[in-house]
Amino acid sequence: MSALEINNLNKVYPNKLTALKNVDLKVSQGDFFALLGPNGAGKSTTIGIICGLVNKTSGSIKVFGHDIDSENEAAKACIGIVPQEINFSQFETPLDIVVNQGGYYGIKRSIALQRAKKYLDKLGLTEKCHEPSRQLSGGMKRRLMIARALIHEPKMLILDEPTAGVDVELRRSMWDFLVEINQQGVTIVLTTHYLEEAEMLCKNIAIIDQGKIIENTSMKILLSNLNKETFIIDLISPIESLPELNGFDAKLIDPLTMEVEIEREKSINDLFKLFSTYNINVCSMRNKSNRLEELFLDLLDSNSKED
Amino acid sequence: MYTQSTLIALYTIVRKEISRFTRIWVQTILPPAISMTLYFVIFGSLIGPRIGMMNGFSYIDYIAPGIIMMSIINNSYANVVSSFFGAKFQHHIEEMLVAPIPNSIILIGFITGGIVRGFMVGAVVTLVALFFTELNIHNLGITIAVVFMTSVVFSLAGLINAIFAKKFDDISIIPTFVLTPLIYLGGVFYSIDMLPEFWQTVSSFNPILYMVNAFRYGMLGESDINITTAFLILTLFTCVLFTVSLHLLNKGVGIKH
Repeated sequence: MSALEINNLNKVYPNKLTALKNVDLKVSQGDFFALLGPNGAGKSTTIGIICGLVNKTSGSIKVFGHDIDSENEAAKACIGIVPQEINFSQFETPLDIVVNQGGYYGIKRSIALQRAKKYLDKLGLTEKCHEPSRQLSGGMKRRLMIARALIHEPKMLILDEPTAGVDVELRRSMWDFLVEINQQGVTIVLTTHYLEEAEMLCKNIAIIDQGKIIENTSMKILLSNLNKETFIIDLISPIESLPELNGFDAKLIDPLTMEVEIEREKSINDLFKLFSTYNINVCSMRNKSNRLEELFLDLLDSNSKED
Repeated sequence: MYTQSTLIALYTIVRKEISRFTRIWVQTILPPAISMTLYFVIFGSLIGPRIGMMNGFSYIDYIAPGIIMMSIINNSYANVVSSFFGAKFQHHIEEMLVAPIPNSIILIGFITGGIVRGFMVGAVVTLVALFFTELNIHNLGITIAVVFMTSVVFSLAGLINAIFAKKFDDISIIPTFVLTPLIYLGGVFYSIDMLPEFWQTVSSFNPILYMVNAFRYGMLGESDINITTAFLILTLFTCVLFTVSLHLLNKGVGIKH
């Protein structure tokens, strides 16, 4: 049984905008799944339909075998949602917000109170748990929404861009936390604009563009499709012009920086041999962009050409 | 039949609703107490003695039930319309929509908030009235039943208003342009027997007339209309508005895309 099974999902908004076109998707139990796509691709609409915030036009969705139409409440009980936008009362305290959410899931107040304190503590919000939530920082508000989503200990956690606008340190601590709960058996579906985040965390991936799934595979297979990588090479001594680097597509950005595209079948050693020949000394080397980002942009580009 | 989980969800919604309006009691409980005090001072103590008796009662005794009912109607409506629209506006209605709560429970939860506020404000205004006159209750059962059913009807009406409202202006249009005229023309301050026959017929289409008079009957044993008719109208309004509200919630009107 899949954690999530979407079949032939379509959504046309009242203003005639087609947001989803025949979307099929399967997420296995225990997976850490990335749903990527540019703005307006249909990620949030898909998540909204799964969670009951958006009405679908047609298609079916099963959550741990429960159909969202015929077994709506059983399906909802399996899901914890961390939405993109802040959606809690700014006048309530974090503790009340999380405990009340537990109540909506039918959890007794005494149990909800214990769990709320546990998750607020894990997410570093204990000190703020009695203050009005409007006084929390942006990162704290996002962590509060994660605590709220976990109060009923869901089998699947859906996070819609949870780290948007969050500083690097906090983002990394949130990654650690998500990895920890995934290791405890919680299936995670993540949408994000940070492709580094998806590459680092997710086992499987789907890419959605203009309402269609254009790729759905494992992260390993997807990354193995990468034909070339672009590296930025910082030099120790400046060079005036680019030497002949046979077999490599290179350009000089400035006298101390070079950009080189290396095809998959070529060895980086060959490039360094050429550098030695020309007495070029390399100080450091890094990817121009994230590997997944290159693939992502390629896939979107080929999808737009097909249309 | 609801499960224990859904009853916990209902308790949570009701608890949250009550704590919301009690937390801001200066905005929710105090204003009706002050404005109704002014009504009692001006219409009861100052103007009332010059008006004389109304259907065998002193004017202040005659208008007291109407004034109490006016505050119940306004507050049960205001509670649900502002709470539900606020939840929509700040998107925290989504907290309930993503949870496994039947829409009927969400509906009952918000209505209960409106009923409790209606009763609470009604009690405060009754206490205020006791400073100006002695209140006798002719029939406690009818009095409580009318307050309960009227609070339900106006809580439901407030919820429907909130469902369709897109901006804050939309939640004040109905109270200002519909509710207030209907209350003032619903026999709060006068007996419809004083009106020409044509206006008596027009007034008979005003549902608030039946609520005010049924409540007045509960307190004074005096009414311009038949009590059975009043209860039938209240039951009809409750059933229709509940069905409409539930249908709108099931369809996701105003809350889902």
